[in-house]
This record gives sequence, structure tokens and C-alpha cells, in this order.
Amino acid sequence: MKRLPFILKKEFIQIFRNKAMLPIIFVVPIVQLLILANAADFEIRNIRLDISDADKSADSRELISKFEHSPFFEVSYIGQDYKGNIERLDRRESDAFLTIPDNFSHDLKSNHEVKLKLDVDGIDGQKANLTYFYAANIIRGFRPRINNIQMLGKKFPVPIQVKPRYWYNPELDYKNLMVPGILAVLVTMVGMFLSSMNIVREKEIGTIEQLNVTPITKVEFIIGKLFPFWVISLVELGIGLTFGKLIFDIPIVGSLPLLFSFTAVYLLVMLGFGLLISTFTHTQQQAMFVSWFFLVIFILMGGLFTAIENMPSWAQKITWFNPVSYFIEVLRLVLLKGSGFNDIMRYFGIVGAMALVVNSIAIFNYKKRQG
Amino acid sequence: MLTVSNISKSYGEVRALNGINFEVDRGELFGLIGPDGAGKTSLFRIIATLLLPDSGDVSFDGHDVITDYEFVRKNVGYMPGRFSLYQDLSVKENLEFFATIFNTTVQENKHLIEDIFKQLEPFQNRRAGDLSGGMKQKLALSCALIHKPTMLLLDEPTTGVDAISRKEFWGMLQRLKKEGITIVVSTPYMDESKLCDRVALIQDGAIMDLDTPSGIVNRFDKTVYKVTGNNQYQLLSKIRTMDGVQNAYPFGSSLHVYGSPELNLSGRLDEHFPDADIQVEIIPADIEDTFMNLMTRDHE
Repeated sequence: MKRLPFILKKEFIQIFRNKAMLPIIFVVPIVQLLILANAADFEIRNIRLDISDADKSADSRELISKFEHSPFFEVSYIGQDYKGNIERLDRRESDAFLTIPDNFSHDLKSNHEVKLKLDVDGIDGQKANLTYFYAANIIRGFRPRINNIQMLGKKFPVPIQVKPRYWYNPELDYKNLMVPGILAVLVTMVGMFLSSMNIVREKEIGTIEQLNVTPITKVEFIIGKLFPFWVISLVELGIGLTFGKLIFDIPIVGSLPLLFSFTAVYLLVMLGFGLLISTFTHTQQQAMFVSWFFLVIFILMGGLFTAIENMPSWAQKITWFNPVSYFIEVLRLVLLKGSGFNDIMRYFGIVGAMALVVNSIAIFNYKKRQG
Repeated sequence: MLTVSNISKSYGEVRALNGINFEVDRGELFGLIGPDGAGKTSLFRIIATLLLPDSGDVSFDGHDVITDYEFVRKNVGYMPGRFSLYQDLSVKENLEFFATIFNTTVQENKHLIEDIFKQLEPFQNRRAGDLSGGMKQKLALSCALIHKPTMLLLDEPTTGVDAISRKEFWGMLQRLKKEGITIVVSTPYMDESKLCDRVALIQDGAIMDLDTPSGIVNRFDKTVYKVTGNNQYQLLSKIRTMDGVQNAYPFGSSLHVYGSPELNLSGRLDEHFPDADIQVEIIPADIEDTFMNLMTRDHE
């Protein structure tokens, strides 16, 4: 272990001397954060809404005008014909339509249960969810008593209840949800990519031959290779959070030390994964493609772009093995909800176990001598 | 010092090494001579603890290379055929790095690399990647020597290096030999084999001959005719069809023809090419002639 400081010194010299590496480590993530957080904005405006008003009362007209004044909706057609509205939805001339029954005003006044029906084009699940959410907000604002809005997903069943997650993001500001997610992706990318490429680079340029004939031990070599990227990834998270706070004003409700501790454990998984990839690839190109393969799956199935709850159940089961999904979840829980250690203890356990498994396989698989 | 017994290694269907046996004495400069693909690098990698053989044993200083690899790694300096130092680190940083991972310092073993180091010193802060080919070799040798190994393994150290640097490099090896360091060196250049104490000629994963350079040459039983003349190609084609000629190869600007002393090559060539100016002389065989003939015999 007394060789470790010298190995680390050499690694840091090499990383900071590599002109391509520094921008990759520090500039690219920030640019990505700025672009992605603005582009991956799922806020939807101008939802084309048809309304079928069978009631034609002062109350129903008041409700319609609420919709007309909402920035989210663009009331495009008001009629009575239910069938005609369905056809318009089919032809994609509208995104949703609201049916106000003829007893609306009566029920409202007599304190009966009031029923409204919202049909939504469910092709785009995300959009359908939002349409429902926005409509429910307007209706609730109109008369707080109208709680039971019947909603039928046209092509995609949309759950009726508002998701509890929105509670911690009351304006449903997508940036608050996206920025922690993107931070997770960036930290993951730096950790996994750079570590796998760094080890493979030694193979590719042949320096590993010279290193393998020295008395350097496996563990010294691996720690020497992974530690710098562990530190860099943590710094990366710090920079990302700073930019997220300064530019997007994301809430940081929970404890930062807790967040960094979790990231520290999580990074062991991703670095170990990078190490594992580097043990069975021979060139940086191979390592990059294998890393990409896993990263794309991890990220797309990580709950950043599609909520895990919306995935089919087999896909949800796959996400149990996706470290990125835990990291995104913890980032959101700690940053937005202010979850404490007890709330995320479970994730600590899962990710810690993953780190142990991945690194054990990687170390076992790394051989100084070939068969 | 080094005993290699019955080493075999296959890569799938390809047999890279086929029952290799040899011994190297302490303080000897031992050469492995053979063409590309002969199996020299595989052999080095096995001795250097980088590759496991399929069968056979290697012992270094009484320690088994396969089980006691730690001893070997501490006491052997290996210089791979491909430049394997950090191109993005400076000369000084490379030396210091390799010294420290062997738990030593550059100062401690400076005497070993003194004369090489003097040449490298002006380039101390230059990146290894920016050095010339010859300088790179010198740096690689210094790094392989920095932990004061008792044996050096040099895999084609002079391939791709200019003639002057090659000469200098062999000069350094002779000095290291005087320091008592055992050296095993491989080369595809047969002229370099004369500078070794003993050489093993390797072809297709097997040793074809092993002796001192003069011993190998003395055993050669054919007469070597050096033929000089215009239109080498025509000459060579004709000579190869002649009775009594065993082999003929172009050697630079002349041809070497191998056969019995009673060949009467000169007379017969004059018959075939009456107008051409052809000179034939009998010359002593050298190791290159021997090797070319061993190679052909092996193929037949």
C-alpha cells in the first residue's frame, strides 16, 4: 500500500495533462446541464380541448371560461355532440375533451356529487398525465367540492389520482425534477466512462505490460485507477449542484452531506462497473461502446424521462437492478423532499450491496497474467 | 540462472511455442534469434510472468516463474517489444514512477544507468512520447534497470531503431553484462547475434540450434559462394535450377549460393551467361547463412 500515493500522483498528473480529458470532465457536463435542463422541459401548453356542454348553465359557462383563461388549454370547440368529439379526438384535431353533464349545475347547487368526464388522447402518456393534472387543478379551483373527476384514457389508461410526487414540486416545475436527474446522469457518465476508458487505455498503448511485471498489486492498481475518478465525480456533483442552484434555483431541502455520502457509495458501483468493462475489452473504442450500451439502458430506464411507475411490470423489475434509478430517486428525495437517512437507508443498502458484487467480480476478473 | 524446460503454448489452433528448452547462465548475454512470429515474444511474456504456458516449467534463480511470480517481478527487468512507457509523462516522471513502485529511488541505482542517463539528462522534462526512437529505447532500458534487476529481458529492443543507436544500445548491453546482469535479448537482426555469448535460433515455436555464434557457424557443412553480377533475378532463377545447388538467396547486392565444394559454379555460370560479368568467390559462412539454411531445412 505504500506504493499507492505514487500511483495516485501519476494518475492525477496524467488526467490533468490530458488536454481532451479536462473539458470532458468539467466543461461538457455543465454545458449538458444547461442545455438538457432547458430542453427536457415537459411543460405542455396549448392543449387543444373540446368541451361538450349539455348543461348550458351559468355554472358550466363559468367553468368553460376558466379553461379558456388557462395558459395550458386552448378551447377549440364547444358543442354537445359526444360522438363528434370522440371523432375529433380520433382525427387528432383535439388532445382532450371535457363532458359537462346536463345535471351539472343542479348537482352543484344541491350538494350532490358532481361528475365531469375528461377524455384524453393517451398516445403520449406523459402529455395525458399532465393534461389530467392541469384540468384537475382548474376544476378544483373552480369548486373545491368537485373531487371525483372521472377520467377515461382513450388509448392508454391513466390513473385517476394525482401522483404524490407532485406534492413536493407544487408548480409541477419540470426543472426541479429534471435537474437532479440530469445531475445523476452526468455523475454516472463521468464515473463509468472515464474509469473504464482509463484502464483500457493502458492496455491499448501497452503500458499495462510494463506495469504488470512490477510488484504492484492488483488492489493497488485498481484503487490507483478508480480513486481519482471517484474524487472527480464527487467534485462534479458539487459543481452541478452549484450550477443547478444558481441558474435553475432548484430547491435543496435535504442534507448535502447525506447526498454526498450516498453518491460516494453509488460511485463505487459505477466505477466498479467501468472496471469490469475494462477487464474484458481491449481498446478504448470497445470499452466506450460497451459502456454506452449499459448507460443508455440505465439512463432510459432510470426514471428520468419515463416515470418508472408508468413502465410495464417486467420493465419495472429490470429497474430493480438499475443503479442509476436509485441514484435519481435519492437525488430527488433528498433535494426536493428533504428525506433523511432513515428514509433512504434502504437505497444505501441496495447500492452498497451492488457495489460489493460488481467490484468483487471486477477484481476477480482483472488478471495481471494471461492464461 | 534461468532454466526453461519443455515450454509449450498454443493460441487456439496456433502453436506458438512447441517444447522449448534452454538454460541461461549467470552473467550471460543470451540471444533469441528468429523471424517475426517465431514465438519470441510469447516466450518472453512467459518468463516475465505475463503469460501462463500450457505446459512446461521456467525457473529463475531457483524460483518457479509460475508460482513464485512475486520474486520474479522484483528481480527481473522486462522491456517489451512495443514502447510501453507513459508517453504523456516526462522522462523524469517515468523514471521516478517506476523507481517508486519498486520501492526504490532513481538516485539509489543511478550507477547502473549512469551512461544512459547522461544522454537522457538534457531531455529530462520532455514527454516520453516526444523522444526520438533511439532515446525512447534508452529510456525504456533505464526504466527496466531502475530496480537493479539481476536479469534483463529485452524483447526486440533494437527493432525500428537507426544503425547508430543500435550500435550504442549493444554497447550498453556489454557494459551491463560487466556489471554481472544476465541478459536475454531477442532480435530479428542476425548481425546482432554475433554480439551474444550464445544464441538460440527459433523458428515456428521451436529451437533449431543453440550454441555460441561461432559454434553454430562451425557446424555449417556447406560451401558458400558469393555471386555478384548484373541482373540478379535472372541469375538467381538460373542458379536455383542447377544440379548440386541446395539453396540460393539474395544477400544485399550479391547472391549467396550453398552447395558442395565441387560445384564449379563459376565455370557453369560462364557457360550460361557468356557475355555477363559475373564474379564468384567462396566466402566463410556466417550466422545468417546458417540460419537461412536451417529455416529451409525445417520447411522441407
